[in-house]
Parts: sequence; structure tokens; C-alpha cells
Amino acid sequence: MKYTVDKRGYYGNFGGAYIPEMLYPNVEELRSKYEQIIESDDFQREFMHLLKNYVGRPTPLFLAKRLSEKHNATIYLKREDLCHTGAHKINNTIGQILLAKKLGKQKIIAETGAGQHGVATATVCALMGMECVVYMGQLDMERQRPNVERMAILGAKVVPATSGKMTLKDATNEAMRHWINHPVDTHYIIGSVVGPHPYPDMVAKFQSVISDEIKKQLTEETGNPFPDYVIACVGGGSNAAGAFYHFLNHEHVKLIGVEAAGKGVDTNESAATTVLGKIGILHGSKSLLMQTGDGQVIEPYSISAGLDYPGIGPMHAHLFETGRVTFLNATDEEAMQAGVELSRLEGIIPAIESAHAVAALSKLELNQEDVVVINLSGRGDKDMDTYIKWGKYKSEIF
Amino acid sequence: MKNRINYLFEKKNKEILSIFFTAGFPTLNDTVTIAIALEKAGADIIEIGIPFSDPVADGPVIQESNKIALDNGMTVKLLLQQAKEIRRHVQIPILLMGYLNPVYQYGVERFCRDASDSGVDGLILPDLPLDEFEKDFKKPFEENNIASVFLISPTTSEDRIKKIDKLSTGFIYAVSSSSTTGAKKEFSPEQETYFKKLQGLKLKNRFLIGFGISNQQTFIKACTYASGGIVGSAFISLLKSAKDLDTEVVNFVKTIK
Repeated sequence: MKYTVDKRGYYGNFGGAYIPEMLYPNVEELRSKYEQIIESDDFQREFMHLLKNYVGRPTPLFLAKRLSEKHNATIYLKREDLCHTGAHKINNTIGQILLAKKLGKQKIIAETGAGQHGVATATVCALMGMECVVYMGQLDMERQRPNVERMAILGAKVVPATSGKMTLKDATNEAMRHWINHPVDTHYIIGSVVGPHPYPDMVAKFQSVISDEIKKQLTEETGNPFPDYVIACVGGGSNAAGAFYHFLNHEHVKLIGVEAAGKGVDTNESAATTVLGKIGILHGSKSLLMQTGDGQVIEPYSISAGLDYPGIGPMHAHLFETGRVTFLNATDEEAMQAGVELSRLEGIIPAIESAHAVAALSKLELNQEDVVVINLSGRGDKDMDTYIKWGKYKSEIF
Repeated sequence: MKNRINYLFEKKNKEILSIFFTAGFPTLNDTVTIAIALEKAGADIIEIGIPFSDPVADGPVIQESNKIALDNGMTVKLLLQQAKEIRRHVQIPILLMGYLNPVYQYGVERFCRDASDSGVDGLILPDLPLDEFEKDFKKPFEENNIASVFLISPTTSEDRIKKIDKLSTGFIYAVSSSSTTGAKKEFSPEQETYFKKLQGLKLKNRFLIGFGISNQQTFIKACTYASGGIVGSAFISLLKSAKDLDTEVVNFVKTIK
């Protein structure tokens, strides 16, 4: 079974480049050049240099002893939360801004949900001296205020998206409109493995450094590069794509994607696309999409802004359809509790997105010998308001 | 039976006015009223927008009309019924234009068949890739006598324009600038250079210029290079504030032609 993209830009039945003609030259330029550029020695040298000295890679693979004891398994945390700017998102923005420079682009745009991708984009734009505009849903701007201010400090212009439910989907719409209106000098740094081909493949490749490191670090730790499980949360799916990438063809490694169930998959407030979605076309690719019978996109819901998206990347749709990845979901409540559990057991406050991955531990039947890697995609600093509003960490349940 | 679009172009080669509006806007059943008024006013082609929740290629005016139409309860099924009703009164070509997903969910073959039954002559799906069209859409389009219309933009290469010309059977929709939809005051010299280039390519299809055509001045300019022009956002702005649709639609078309 082939899990990577084919020549036409598809993962099985999913993918492609469903874009209006106004975007065709941009996307085609990327498609025809991205592989050659990112595989060149020159690019790789600069990319790896920045990942090491600027981002702080490799990020640690930490044996979480108390968490392991609690869940009766050997659990490692891949500490993407320790990346510069606080999440894995910067792996991709470093890659894409280097690519944008090689393509001669002068301006950068991005969409952001939780603000992590926006911050990571604003950061690399400051580093490279490029103009940066970030679109962010107005609701997300309210629930992730510190990240909005971080972007402003970094010199980026944050533009509120005021359509729809004013979250990630709407921010993506606005970013695409901006790109249509500025096709020549602007590169759009998409933050997840979504969008028209070649974005899903490009972003997955930039994030694949995560699983590359896991293999090396696990070998050092256990003598075996392959864990029994890799767990990652999935909104669009970039951290999961990176954590799964080098294990995809090793079928004995169980890969677990965790979606946001919101208030529950049987409520109208959820973002669990593999449960609630069907095949459809949005933001440039064919994938699984939460939609009405009439093909209108359904507004998703999750407490976590980074998972509040009505689709998943086409690669994940294919991994779901082929059964290569098992998709689970965690509710707001389960994720918040898992976040506090990790904080209490390991002294690590995770981003609420990443807390969804931690919540999956109690949904798996694990054995003591099982080696489990959780991709801890981001840190919880940005989520303090949400933790405080939820407030149950003060209660007796912990 | 000959497709009405082709029939139109055989009889008329210049100053073709095509008007776009969103189905189910400003109120659910205005679609029929507006279409009938447009023919009466002298429009040559009617383009009816299939509303979509996430219209990424559209500017604020058409975005808002999409949202209002969906809030009004507009659906693909209802649109096809309205088209059928329109066809009982109207002789000029009708095209449907929209984002791919609603059509895809309805089922491509079923959509083409039902659209054809409703008297629809052509379909414009701006986010449908050419290779996908060839693979899954071309056949049902042909079988149901639905003309295919594709967009080109100022950044479309000459090779690609030729490919698009080959696959188009109605006309070519030449987008005037690299932008989302919406009214602009006038064309720049660069845009006119692009129109001249198109004129010089000797394409099989006629082309109509759209995006940024909002008044008589821009329409006349479009007509000096193309077979005509397409008005969208400016018309939708009028519909939004219109008190008497019938009269105001007729007056609007008079100010353009």
C-alpha cells in the first residue's frame, strides 16, 4: 500500500488541486519546483541548520515514568512543545519561508486557528525580514489573545476573519482570497497538511523531521526504532503527519489519530471529521469534510482552536480509508482532564490540542511492554485563559 | 437540439451582456422574477450562482449574497426547480455557476441530467481542475448537451489558454484581473494588453470578460476586445437594495447596454 502522494497529487481517492484559475499559476509554480528545491543540498543544509540552532531541534523524547505507571505502558513524549515558539508549527514555516525565498517571493500570508501557526509564520518572517499578514478568525482572536499580541510584537499584521463562525475555516477562506488578489509576489504558508497539491505533501515532508528523530531517539533508548503506538491529535493533521511519516510503511507500528469530539460526536458541536464527514471538496483538495447533504460545509466546534476545522488533510483521509491509521476522538472534557493529568504527573502543561492525544491513552488497551510515543505538539501557555475558564483543576477530581 | 449558447453566438458576435446573480437572493423565490426581468431588459445570457458556504474566489458582495441565500433555505434541488420554472418563460441561455462541492454532492451525472431537464445550457465550475473535468465531467456534460465554460486569468499561460479553449464548448470566461469578484472603476493598461493578447490568439471560442465590469464604461471597454462582458457584483448590490425588482432590474440593464 502506498501512503504518500502520487504523481497527480492524490492519496488514493483524496487530494488534487481544486483551485480557481486565478491561483493556478502560483500553485503550478510550487508544484513544479518544490521537490527539486527542498531536496537540494543547499536547501537541506539551511533548513537543518535553522531547525537545530533556531528551533532547538532535535526536541527531546522523554520517558514519562509516572504517566507510564498510570496507564500501564512505556510512554514517551515527543517534546514538540519545546520548539521555539511553542509548537511543531515552526518546522513547516521554516521550510516554507526558505522555499518562498528561493521562489523570489517578497510577501508572506498565513491563516491561523490557535495562533501557533500564525506566531510561527510571524517569527520566520521577522527572521527573514519579510512582510507578513496573518488571517485569524475573530472568535479565535478572542480565545487566543496572547498569540495575537505575540504576532503583533513580531511585526505581523493580524487581520480578523469575520465570516462564518469566525474560526480557522474562515481564516483560511480569507487567506485564499488574499492570495487570489496578490498572486505574483506573495507566498501563502499553509499551516497544515491541507490545501491544494503540493501543500499536503510539502507540509508533511517538513514535519517528517518529527518521526525521523523519534526513530533515532527510540533506537538510543530501547535499541529498536519502532514503537508499538504513535499517538497524535488531528485537526488538519500536520503534527500527526510528521509523527506518522517514517512509520507509515512499517505496518506493525500502530498509528492513532485523535480528533476533537467537542461536546460529543452525537451533539451538533464537534470537529470529529472521520466520524461526521464524507468525501467533499474544500480549500483546494478533495478529502473528508463535515457537510450537509447539499454540500454546504458544517461549522465545526472544539474547545481547542487548533482542532476546530471541518476537514482533515487528504493524506489522513486516505490513511483513515485504508485503515492504516486508527482514528479516535476525545471530548473537550476528556482533553481538559488529560491536560491536567499530564501537568500533575509530569510537570508539563500541554496545549489543549495536544491534550486530545494524551486523552487517547485511556481509550487504548495497553500492555506494560507496549512502547507508546505521544506527539506532544504544543505547550499550554497560549491556553491559560481556556484552562482558567474551565477551572476544574481546582476541584476534587484530580 | 443546438445548445442555446452556441445558437446565440452564431447570431450575435458583439456586445453580449451576461448577468450573474445568486440563486435565492435577496429572497428565496426572487430567482425566477429576476431571470424573467433580465430577459425582458435585454440581457443576452443569464448566469445563476449556486450558493456555497465558503466562496473563496468571491469578494464581499457575492459572499454576502451566498450567505443570505443559504439562510433563506436555498438548495441545489430548489435551484433546479427554479431553473425549470424560468425556462417556461425565458428563451435566452441559462448557465449555472458555482463551487464544485454542492454539484459533487448532488452527483455529477445526476446534476447534468437534471440541469439539462430544467433547460440549463451551461455550467461554470471555477474550482474544477481541467484533468478532473476530462476524467469525470466531460462525458455527462456532452451527453446532456451542457456547455462547458472555463475561466482564464491574466496570469494563465498561452499553452494553458489553448488547452482551455479546446475543452470549452460555450465560451471562455476571461477574468479581467487577478482578483476575487467585485466591482472596480476601470481597466488598467496592463489589463487592456491582456485583452489584446487574447484577441490575437484566434481562439475557437468567443470570450466574455468578467470581474470588474460594473457600468456602461467598463462594459463598452470589454466589448472592444471581447464578444461581451459579464456583470455580477454590481448587479447583486442593486438587488440587495431594490424595492421593485422588476423595474429596477430593467433600469439597471439599460444603464449598461
